[in-house]
Amino acid sequence: MNQPRVLSAYMMLLRRDVTLAYRNRAELANPPLFFVLVVSLLPLGIGPDSALLGKIAPGAVWVVALLATLLSLDNIFRSDFEDGALELLLISPQPMPVLVLAKVTAHWLIAGLPLLIFALPLALMLYLPWRALPVLIATLALGTPVLSLIGAIGVALTVGLRRGGLLLALLVLPLYIPVLIFATSAVSAAAAGLPVSGQLAIMAALLILALTLAPLAAAAALRIALN
Amino acid sequence: MWTFFHKLSSPRYFYNLSGRWLPWLAWSAAALLLIGTYWGLVVAPPDYQQGDSYRIMYIHVPSAWMSLFVYMVMACAAFIGLVWKMKLAEVIAADCAPLGASFTAMALITGMLWGKPMWGTYWVWDARLTSELILLFLYLGMIGLRGAIENPRTAARACGVLTLVGVVNIPIIHYSVIWWSTLHQGPIISRFAKPSVDPSMLWPLFIMVIAFMLYFAAVLLLRARCQILARERGSAWVRDLAART
Repeated sequence: MNQPRVLSAYMMLLRRDVTLAYRNRAELANPPLFFVLVVSLLPLGIGPDSALLGKIAPGAVWVVALLATLLSLDNIFRSDFEDGALELLLISPQPMPVLVLAKVTAHWLIAGLPLLIFALPLALMLYLPWRALPVLIATLALGTPVLSLIGAIGVALTVGLRRGGLLLALLVLPLYIPVLIFATSAVSAAAAGLPVSGQLAIMAALLILALTLAPLAAAAALRIALN
Repeated sequence: MWTFFHKLSSPRYFYNLSGRWLPWLAWSAAALLLIGTYWGLVVAPPDYQQGDSYRIMYIHVPSAWMSLFVYMVMACAAFIGLVWKMKLAEVIAADCAPLGASFTAMALITGMLWGKPMWGTYWVWDARLTSELILLFLYLGMIGLRGAIENPRTAARACGVLTLVGVVNIPIIHYSVIWWSTLHQGPIISRFAKPSVDPSMLWPLFIMVIAFMLYFAAVLLLRARCQILARERGSAWVRDLAART
């Protein structure tokens, strides 16, 4: 009885957020553009040496993906906070963690998924070996939802503040470190021809942990920020 | 037992009680710090490998331990503050963050100074150094978040959520960094394998750890008392206190 209603609330909020983002296409393009731009700056700064670039490619792609996600995080709750929609969500009868999860899913579809697509040509431009490409995509697929989930906690804590931007980076980036470590070590291992199932399993575990705990924490933080 | 806790949650009772504890804590911390420093720097024998430079350990090891211990104190206080909305716990949690950040910074700085003569470099991307650096970032984020929110009670609850998120994450970060450094590290890690410490060197270390704990307790109480006065400045007993002095 209760289950379908919660599910339909989740779907409705997800569809609303994706539609809103689609109507505002200029903003939609920003995180992937940032990603492409910064990754293509790296060879200009470091030099076109293919051996060196191939070696730093996993770390470079992942660090920039982290920053691109950070840049777009504010969109999860900011506009809804400003026009008061967030308060209506809080007083709705649906459980808040589920609604938070819907907003995070929408954010991942808008900001995380494009990174997976753009990472392919960028990794080739950085001379990452062919055999590491599937692993790079797999780590991005497992890792970027974790980034959105953990980021939602940070945004929920800072949404009521006028200048939350730099503070958000300080709060969220240390918590991103495990994802970065396991993702880059998986891609480097794949480039060297080593097995990567251990790293991928740990990343999946991180995703499950974040999926279960982060919406609760973000919902609690939203309640504090909005009262 | 329970009535003691109920009384403790009243800011006024805590203020009076901590006023009585404070001199004891502060003087014993000062005495133990003096004894431990003298014993560690003068009496304890020099190390057969590291000579006299190992003596920075008497500052470095206690501050490194305190950096984690303070986080645990802060997490317990934040949990109590979030669940039972106890004002005193919020005050304690708020005052832990700057103290923990200072202990962490001290552990990092003394570690770098110790690293130069021992490893020939100030910084090594070793697991323990890296996790200590990340811990410093977590503390700074906590201080930043508290500074950014004006209402102290909202700030306390927001920081409480962040502290508990950190409690889940610190073990994950710690073990991922350990794994990362074993993947990337060369021979430097073997230089960490110290010979087991002689009791003549261990005793002053033990005294220093106790002294650091007492110092932390004393400073924490002092800061908490100031913050209680500031928060309760409208209440009758604080005005009474101000009128009398």
